[in-house]
Amino acid sequence: MARLLAIGTAKGLFLATSTDDRRSWEITGPHFPMTGVYAVAVDTRRSTPRLLAGMTSSHFGPSVATSDDLGASWDEPDQAPVAFPADTGVSLGRVWQLMPAGPDEPDVVWAGTEPSALFKSTDGGRSFELVRSLWDHPHRPQWEGGFGGQAVHTVLPHPRDPARLLVAMSTGGVYRSEDAGASWTPGNTGIRAYFLPDEWPEFGQCVHKVARDAGNPERLYAQNHHGVYRSDDDGRTWSSIADGLPSDFGFPMVAHPGRGGTVWTFPLVADGERYPTDHRCRVFRSVDAGGKWEPLSVGLPEGPFYPAVLRDAMCADDATPAGVYFGTRSGSVFASRDEGDSWSLVAAHLPDVLCVRAAEV
Amino acid sequence: MVTVLLPGPLRGEAGGASRLDVTAAGTLRAVLDEMAAAHPRLARRIRDERGELRRYVNVFVDGEDCRHSGGLATPVKDGAEVQVLPSVAGG
Repeated sequence: MARLLAIGTAKGLFLATSTDDRRSWEITGPHFPMTGVYAVAVDTRRSTPRLLAGMTSSHFGPSVATSDDLGASWDEPDQAPVAFPADTGVSLGRVWQLMPAGPDEPDVVWAGTEPSALFKSTDGGRSFELVRSLWDHPHRPQWEGGFGGQAVHTVLPHPRDPARLLVAMSTGGVYRSEDAGASWTPGNTGIRAYFLPDEWPEFGQCVHKVARDAGNPERLYAQNHHGVYRSDDDGRTWSSIADGLPSDFGFPMVAHPGRGGTVWTFPLVADGERYPTDHRCRVFRSVDAGGKWEPLSVGLPEGPFYPAVLRDAMCADDATPAGVYFGTRSGSVFASRDEGDSWSLVAAHLPDVLCVRAAEV
Repeated sequence: MVTVLLPGPLRGEAGGASRLDVTAAGTLRAVLDEMAAAHPRLARRIRDERGELRRYVNVFVDGEDCRHSGGLATPVKDGAEVQVLPSVAGG
């Protein structure tokens, strides 16, 4: 059985494949050269795994393509797969997230976009339709853009209840639905927005990434724009789990795909100093849902290290033990086949890494 | 008849053609609309879903940048040459 690692970069998609239990990797690419690949997904719910890539050409705009032969060929529909309806008066900036739904909805794929919106596909990611209820939300005019643009960057289906869905956006924060996306309520209680006069608003937070616990789907972890949080009530309220981390700033937050309580993140010094803490390449792991954190650096570069890891540039696979992967803005990709205890280099000198996703294929 | 000249990166969306003949004339919008009907994927590389020219795509009508001559309302006469070029952009 092979392990596929999809690496979206600022100038194309690279695909790394390992057939020796993640010891060595063979890399192809760039697929979609000179496009920014902000979103990639490996949909393993299908009998034939489907790759989905959301790419944006600075000249020719955004699109989504799919591959049913592990990237040997790609298919892109004639009509734009993700496009805003005419009455919205806006156009798609880019797709930030492609997320297959739970096992009960094998043809549903969600897309989070810039400007902040959610799209739903019911044909496996070939075509998408705007989720009007979120677009028409009365809060939307007050959602602001950060440096990366205003986007829904996180979509988290509930693994057992198709009616429940969570999205996160920058800025805006977390929104939850319990009726399959028909209505949405903010879920930001306890998340601080230090950049606003009211630091504890109902919405408007700059949540960078949210991950769902594998053992308890009511439990979520969030890396915020300063602040690391856990929710034990499906995103209604949040409490800090930043104690023990060298900084509460960063972008990714990855939960173990099969075991509850284990999460990984990659702290940066601060909003105004976006270097790894202590200028060292270290992943931080908690195995008790954020109670304690430990640095992981065996096999990672030992010298001064300055590149950041972006919000979707870290992921885990579904193997046992889980593989953990991250890519840097300097184009290096590292992998661990023992849940972060040790690491090895998968690729170096790629363009800036924007996202990674891994799965058994 | 109007001739549309395509840049290298877009020719794959037109079956490899470097030029397309379009019967519509009148305005640049009409030319691009006709092209969109035959080559929808090519069309959406040039205009977004609002029908607006993408920011870093330039279109010249008989050598003049349409952004200085009426945008999509730029007159296009029979026999005109419409050239699509990516602008200097990117890192």
